[in-house]
Amino acid sequence: MSIKEVESQVISEFEMFDDWTDKYNYLIELGKSIPAIDEKYKQPKYLIKGCQSQVWLHASYQNGKIQFTADSDALITKGIVSLLLRVLSDRTPDEIINSDLNFIDKIGLKDHLSPTRANGLTNMIKQIKLYAMAFKAKNQKNQG
Amino acid sequence: MDFDIQKIRSQFPALDQQINKKPFVYFDNAATTQKPKIVIKRLIDYYNNENCNIHRGDYFLSRQATEAYENTRKTVQSFINAHQSDEIIFTRGTTESVNLVASSFSKKFVNKGDEVLISAMEHHSNIVPWQLACKERDAQLKVIPINKNGEIIMEEYYKMLNEKTRIVAVTHVSNSMGTINPVKQIIDAAHNKNIPVLIDGAQAMPHLEVNVSELDCDFYCFSGHKMYGPMGVGVLYGKEEWLNQIPPYQGGGEMINEVTFAKTTFNKLPFKFEAGTPNVADVLGLEKALTFISSIGYKNIQKYEKELLQYTNRQIKNIDKIKLIGTAGKKTAVFSFLFDDIHPYDTGVILDKMGVAVRTGHHCTQPLMDFFEIPGTVRASLAVYNTKEEIDQFIDGLKMVRKMFV
Ligand SMILES: Cc1ncc(COP(=O)(O)O)c(C=O)c1O
Repeated sequence: MSIKEVESQVISEFEMFDDWTDKYNYLIELGKSIPAIDEKYKQPKYLIKGCQSQVWLHASYQNGKIQFTADSDALITKGIVSLLLRVLSDRTPDEIINSDLNFIDKIGLKDHLSPTRANGLTNMIKQIKLYAMAFKAKNQKNQG
Repeated sequence: MDFDIQKIRSQFPALDQQINKKPFVYFDNAATTQKPKIVIKRLIDYYNNENCNIHRGDYFLSRQATEAYENTRKTVQSFINAHQSDEIIFTRGTTESVNLVASSFSKKFVNKGDEVLISAMEHHSNIVPWQLACKERDAQLKVIPINKNGEIIMEEYYKMLNEKTRIVAVTHVSNSMGTINPVKQIIDAAHNKNIPVLIDGAQAMPHLEVNVSELDCDFYCFSGHKMYGPMGVGVLYGKEEWLNQIPPYQGGGEMINEVTFAKTTFNKLPFKFEAGTPNVADVLGLEKALTFISSIGYKNIQKYEKELLQYTNRQIKNIDKIKLIGTAGKKTAVFSFLFDDIHPYDTGVILDKMGVAVRTGHHCTQPLMDFFEIPGTVRASLAVYNTKEEIDQFIDGLKMVRKMFV
């Protein structure tokens, strides 16, 4: 499935929620259930500082695709992290670079990604895109 | 005067709105308070009809604005009971007031090996300026410890005052916990050893009557925006004897007497410390904030806010697995708390959904958070326009948080 297709899937899942409590209960459930990041990556090197909640992000590159794992100390943040990874993990660098992540807006969670929300998510997305650019550059260099 | 909460609330347009289809509950008053209509109107009137630069225009508007500005200085003087209006310096806020003293006082009086005393509950605004000054003067910053309730340990404080101590700088009321410090005792003890004291009054002015002559503090700092006034204006009160001795903080227009390229002689107080075009509009707005407070009276404010404090305390204790940070015997209506098992960010997000605005994080008091070994708290801070119904909505929010994060 393409990024767009996964995004539409997420959007239709969220359309089923009647009110905000259902939505946030779901995010909390997601937060609890995602396979957490390997403990060995939960160290300062992989930490993306938000002022309030923190996000750890690890990337690896295999067969032309980037795998991300991530974690957060706040459950709602972690739930949103898991949605982002569902869309962005196991993708080629170009897919990631070209993604616009509009779905976050469509499912009504955009304000969690505003730079004034000190939850680390804005920086996490920046970091994901930086990884994609770095792996792409490395790839081109190896081929060139 | 009768205390009519609806009448008070009706003066604050910002309170009258809905967030997420729920009545907006504003519990982030320690960060900044909402503004009453008379303050907002004062700003509009000034810019509509009276705007001009002051102290130098020889025309009607300028004379009128100068007079209004200087009258506000007198209003502030009598509001905090300073001896003279020259002892009132207008600044951008508490932060600038503290920086002014830390910088100018230290240049004159702090030398290698000297000590500056602050407390463990200070806002970064009353830490960092002193750190910078101590670094520059090769002096030491010493920290008065607090106990687990969030109160200054006075015996320790007394022991720390010594012949090397040049100044003591402590907060009147803690922004993170609401603790009301025994500033009178702190000042008296320092004065016994001829040590001056600066009080950070940012969180005291909205709630407590402050009388600088009675306190006998040497410097007192506060911000307009935390006491129903505009952002961008604050006050430094300083005893004339100190203000005359310490050098200017910033150079520019207004603060000079005579300038040649060879040298400059400085203007007298208070102008020596007010370089550049002053913030006339916001100073005039601040005057209206004082009018607002006076119209209710500190006695009524204190009595009502104490009711809110007790009402909240009774209810918050019944919530499962909640821990209050800051349980001083004397405090303002500030509630810093944590759930054992829920991240403050998560709590803040759900409260926001419930229409309740609180703050989560370290509240610019990282060393205090380190003392309690926590990354931050959720803080609800109340003001005179808050109500018991709003507290109920807040408590419902907390119950909702409890339910959602089982
Ligand atoms: C105790 C205390 N001191 C100083 C400040 C700084 O005030 P301002 O940002 O208005 O300069 C604050 C504001 O949060 C405060 O609570």
